[in-house]
Amino acid sequence: MTSRIAAAFEGARREGRAALIAYLTAYDGGPAASLACLRAAATAGADIIELGVPFSDPTADGPAIQAAMVRARAAGATLPRVLQLCEELRRTSDIPIVLFGYANPIVRRGVDVAMRAAAAAGVDGVLVVDLPVESADLVRGPARAAGLDWIGLVAPTSTAARSAAIVAGASGFVYAITQRGVTGGTLGAGDDVADHLAAIRRRSALPVAAGFGIRTPQDVRRLVSHADGIVVGSALVEASQAGPGALAALVMALRAATF
Amino acid sequence: MNPPGSFGRFGGRFVAETLMPAVEQLSAAWADAWADVGYHAAVDELLTHWVGRPSPLSAAPRLAAASGGGRVWLKREDLNHTGSHKINNCIGQVLLAVRMGKRRIIAETGAGQHGVATATVCAKLGLPCVVYMGAVDVERQRLNVLRMRLLGAEVVPVTTGSATLKDAINEALRDWVANVEDTHYVIGSVMGPDPYPTMVRELQRVIGREARAQMLDRAGKLPDVVVACVGGGSNAIGVFTDFIADPTVALVGVEAAGEGLHGRHAATMARGEEGIYHGMRSLVLQDDDGQLLEAHSISAGLDYPGIGPEHAYLRETGRARYLSVTDHEALAGLKLLARTEGILPALESAHAIAALGQVFAEWGDVDVLVNVSGRGDKDVHTLAAHAEGGR
Repeated sequence: MTSRIAAAFEGARREGRAALIAYLTAYDGGPAASLACLRAAATAGADIIELGVPFSDPTADGPAIQAAMVRARAAGATLPRVLQLCEELRRTSDIPIVLFGYANPIVRRGVDVAMRAAAAAGVDGVLVVDLPVESADLVRGPARAAGLDWIGLVAPTSTAARSAAIVAGASGFVYAITQRGVTGGTLGAGDDVADHLAAIRRRSALPVAAGFGIRTPQDVRRLVSHADGIVVGSALVEASQAGPGALAALVMALRAATF
Repeated sequence: MNPPGSFGRFGGRFVAETLMPAVEQLSAAWADAWADVGYHAAVDELLTHWVGRPSPLSAAPRLAAASGGGRVWLKREDLNHTGSHKINNCIGQVLLAVRMGKRRIIAETGAGQHGVATATVCAKLGLPCVVYMGAVDVERQRLNVLRMRLLGAEVVPVTTGSATLKDAINEALRDWVANVEDTHYVIGSVMGPDPYPTMVRELQRVIGREARAQMLDRAGKLPDVVVACVGGGSNAIGVFTDFIADPTVALVGVEAAGEGLHGRHAATMARGEEGIYHGMRSLVLQDDDGQLLEAHSISAGLDYPGIGPEHAYLRETGRARYLSVTDHEALAGLKLLARTEGILPALESAHAIAALGQVFAEWGDVDVLVNVSGRGDKDVHTLAAHAEGGR
């Protein structure tokens, strides 16, 4: 059986474009506003949703996503409530959902319990930023056992040996970080990013998605021939503050740039 | 199998992949430096002729009498250059950074003592220094902010979260991720991803090594109890380590109970649970959802919801005990030491002093070694505010 994630990449490939992966922080603005934005992103043409699980100390995130997590937590976000949101989104949409978060809320809940609950809520994959490949088994095993993909994260600073280990342990897709630094920056100039992506693609049988610092349709066009998927996060989080309409408009513009 | 840098099931390396190569590089560079007599000579040179080590061991008979008997020996880290034990670690790490070819230093600071120490070593060795500090701490430790700026460091106030030490660490980690190739992050305590807890312990170990020899020389015996305050836990590990193999020596850490264990506090050992935070698996103050709780202590240096992984291990194995002391008790401890021995300790160190009553009540007529980790000049604003408030 093909997973929803694999099908999304395959569908985009057949259309001759990269998959658009839309990151939103779950519960931003409360459950109703968050669900409306997730549905708007899916309807406007996002191929995959990356759903940020709010955490008190998001050390890999820049100001836009930090602020979203503060709003989400103020609105009562917890891991079980985020999964409830997934369940509601799943009722009206087949879009693949990848949970994107930090280890502690998952570990605290009990990894097995959390992963089974995620799978039951319609989640397709998991990405944990602060679990490097050496410690990945803590969540990867239970995630796989629950039928979830484990998304590997390769950094621009990763050595060849580390990249190989990360790719080998991944399923679903490989997430290639395109800049040094936290989320929400801007893409650097030069060929470094293209070389970095090419190196990972040579190594990986899985689709490779590029993310971090990608904000505009121009950014997407710059990377689209170098990656199988493009992740946009902070820019969408910011747009969603003006409501689902503004978010949908940016998703459509980004999607149009993926060809 | 435990990952590298483990203390039982605590410790490890839980950082973003972008930082992992830097952490691996640091680990290798540290092992290489620690095996090199040249590196040790450079560290010792600065500790002896610039910091003023060894720090004295002071007998404190009036403090002992006022605390319920026995004998008290004070390890005087407050007399170090820059006013606390923090400089021991900074010298080692900044020299290591130079060895690694890193051209920029960043640090977090709570009370400002680690920031001042880092800024001081950077000035001495000619490296640019950026210090992240919670906006709340910038306010309550104004004197140290001024000192850091005078030393040429850039102090960046952090307004996110609780605007205290944990948020300063978050921001320093974000800076490090963005500038990892030319920047070394000087973590100020025995926390964070491996190799930091081990590296900082080894650099702070000089405290206990000296104190052990000084006790044998002056008291003719080892102490029966060693007491130190714990936030992240570096001064405590520093004074504990050379006594760990001595079975007759009890080790006691004192954490900040803030307004009391049922109110706002920073008592990670008493109330924390296992979690993954700031690059390590250790005990943390957290809610049922795994979100970190905001700690509270009158002392900025103890105002942290986590603790170094080796302390979690020492507690679990029973080798060390952990007590807690409230803000109010710490203030009383500060005044007691000032008035009985003529030493104005940092509010952090005052927690250790304030625990002496509990220690003598339990152990009786014994010799207690207390690490006075820093001096209290930096706390005069806080003390004045509390005096005005009638406390």
